[in-house]
Amino acid sequence: MWHSLVPIWTVILGLGVFIYVSLDGFDLGVGMLHGLVQPSQRATVMNSIAPFWDGNETWLILGGVGLLAAFPVAFAIIIPAVYFPILVMLLALVFRGVAFEFRFKQARLRRLWDWAFCGGSFFATFAQGVVLGSFIQGFKVDGRVFTGSSFDFATPFTLLTGVALVFGYALLGAGWLVMKTEGELQAWSRRAGRVSLLLVCCCIAAVSLWTPLASSVIAQRWLGWPNTVLLLPLPVLTLATGLYAWHAFSRKDAWQAFGASIALFAWSFLGIVISLWPMIVPGHFTLWEAASPESTQAFLLVGTLVLLPVILFYTGWSYWVFRGKVHQSEGDEGY
Amino acid sequence: MTLDPLLLSRLQWVWVISWHILLPAFTVGLASYIAVLEGLAFFTGRAVWARISAFWTRIFAVSFGMGVVSGIVMPFQIGTNWSRFSDATANVLGPMLAYEGLTAFFLEASFLGVLLFGRKLVPAWLHFFSGLMVAAGTLFSTFWILSVNSWMQTPQGFHVTDGRFFPDNWWAVIFNPSFPYRYFHNVMAFYITTGFVVLGVGAWLLRRDRSSDEAGMMIRMALNLLIVLVPLQMVLGDLHGANTLAYQPAKFAAIEGRYDTVRPLPLTLFGIPDDARGRMRYAVEIPRLGSLLLTHSMNGTIRGLDSFPADQRAPVAPPFFAFRIMVGIAVIMLFVAVAGQVLRRGGRLYRSAWFLRLCQWTAPLGFIAVIAGWTTTEVGRQPWTVYGLLRTAQSVTPSLTGMDVALSLSLYILVYLIMFPTGIAFMAAIVRRGVAGATEPPPAIEAGRPMPAYVAPAPAPAGE
Repeated sequence: MWHSLVPIWTVILGLGVFIYVSLDGFDLGVGMLHGLVQPSQRATVMNSIAPFWDGNETWLILGGVGLLAAFPVAFAIIIPAVYFPILVMLLALVFRGVAFEFRFKQARLRRLWDWAFCGGSFFATFAQGVVLGSFIQGFKVDGRVFTGSSFDFATPFTLLTGVALVFGYALLGAGWLVMKTEGELQAWSRRAGRVSLLLVCCCIAAVSLWTPLASSVIAQRWLGWPNTVLLLPLPVLTLATGLYAWHAFSRKDAWQAFGASIALFAWSFLGIVISLWPMIVPGHFTLWEAASPESTQAFLLVGTLVLLPVILFYTGWSYWVFRGKVHQSEGDEGY
Repeated sequence: MTLDPLLLSRLQWVWVISWHILLPAFTVGLASYIAVLEGLAFFTGRAVWARISAFWTRIFAVSFGMGVVSGIVMPFQIGTNWSRFSDATANVLGPMLAYEGLTAFFLEASFLGVLLFGRKLVPAWLHFFSGLMVAAGTLFSTFWILSVNSWMQTPQGFHVTDGRFFPDNWWAVIFNPSFPYRYFHNVMAFYITTGFVVLGVGAWLLRRDRSSDEAGMMIRMALNLLIVLVPLQMVLGDLHGANTLAYQPAKFAAIEGRYDTVRPLPLTLFGIPDDARGRMRYAVEIPRLGSLLLTHSMNGTIRGLDSFPADQRAPVAPPFFAFRIMVGIAVIMLFVAVAGQVLRRGGRLYRSAWFLRLCQWTAPLGFIAVIAGWTTTEVGRQPWTVYGLLRTAQSVTPSLTGMDVALSLSLYILVYLIMFPTGIAFMAAIVRRGVAGATEPPPAIEAGRPMPAYVAPAPAPAGE
């Protein structure tokens, strides 16, 4: 299916995944950190994400159905191959979502729901990291069908990517809390952010070394001449962003720490894209080979080009309405 | 005994969608109800509407949250357990599912934040507008999902190459023959389900003398809605049935429990279907009524299951019984709606203990009817996922073992058995606190508006 809409859909889906990772990333991260803060501050932590979390999760649905519509065979191979990580992610998101609603209203069982919220956030994040790792390491495929086992996902590499994403989302969550809170809680978030930053940088380095060692294609992509020189700005930029993030987590009061964390994700995302391009099922299907027919992509594109800007606009608007610091004094629920 | 991944995948689908469908069955209707209440509050300026709206918005928040999380599970099910179906149909169905996500979910999720938390932060008109957008979002959601489901029942506007469907005409795909009937029949069912819940909750509050003014208004509004919608739904159901007869005759025969073709056609009220022997045991039949009701003629008939190849027949028992449960519930609903109007004309509505108790007991009937209707149409479609073209057995993910699915199904059962009862208990707790317990001071209508507009409310209309 060599048609001209494929690059457009690649950009839209890439953007969608990145937005999902940034937005649900920070609220999953806040969810994990929530288990570590003082119980008295948990309500404030929850309130900082209350108006956003379900909107954020809808980007996951867009990513899933967007992949289904634009690159069907990729969806039909990848999703069964990560059967159990997807299962764990979904159940963890269910638990987390329900715990979010329930903890406000059921004081008796608050500790249980707090645990469910924190645990759900952790398992959902870890499972997403495993999905990412499985995607990079590739799948057994025959024709248009996944032929491996449902346990192929469990390797040391996917364990590493799972852990990496846990620290990554914790970093985003800490950045969000620095931006949205004050005083003691903010000071705590600064420390949590710096610890996460150190760990996440170690993970980025480990993944960056592991992938070229495991795959000659990826090694050639990064280390072959003249790619090394052309791609050098990316690792340099990542390092610089990491250093700025440290500074922002130590000194800045507003969006800087959160912004730097998002930028760190952007560079890592770009690195993965460079490693795998132009494959959507690594080793088997390129984006063009996996694409749905032009009439399918065109039909969805018409509405997407109208709706996506509107969605981005009012997503931004709802963040604007609930801007500023969250205060503890304003009761249990709401701003 | 070996574990069959196909059977277990079907059971898993039944489990996750049966729970999920209960939430839209309630929230679609409730979103529209809240939009109406917000509109009444905005245009009349009477605080009582805002109080009722705040009460139901609290319940809506819990059920919507459960709907979102159980809804995220659904598209992934298509990939994890039905990947052959995904690969074959995604060129046609993928964009429609994506449009559902785009138009509806975002509209609901983004404006819901404002509806729930924004009373004090945005102007009153914007709060009302958010209510409207949430309601519109739920209806768009229903539109796309039912269009997808209808295409699986009555596919058109495509061609098949290499075992995969390719779209030819999007209009024909979306507005496939069964879609208009299914859409209106479903939305109506959702509105009626919500109507009975509102009626039941109002009756409960009134019997316990809690929030009596608001409870009376809830009961009046619900009864006004139901006396129109319940009869209308019966007509729509009949039209939907005629459409099934035209496009899915084998399903229709299963629903009617008709193994053979006879003329004139009796109506089978009850019986025990025996698929192995191909006959209905202990059948209770009324002569000629089948011809009259099903074909709208004195001597009409329908094709019996024996005129279809054995491997193209649905199992009879589930659609046969589910359909009878749905129709039976419709009759009870009609009785409640009519009795309510009669008591109201006589001015005895709020003092009639038996009727209020009846309203309480009938509150969950809509949910049972929705599940029964869904069972009728979905099991009746078997053994196909895309009617007449793609078999359920050829839709399942080939890499799955029985053990894989047994494990995932057990976990879904475990998590849902914790989550759903807790959610229901929660909504019950909100109801128990009454309307006053759910209202944040000050009433929403004041938010962001100059006081005078609120100080002079419209004169209260005379009560009934």
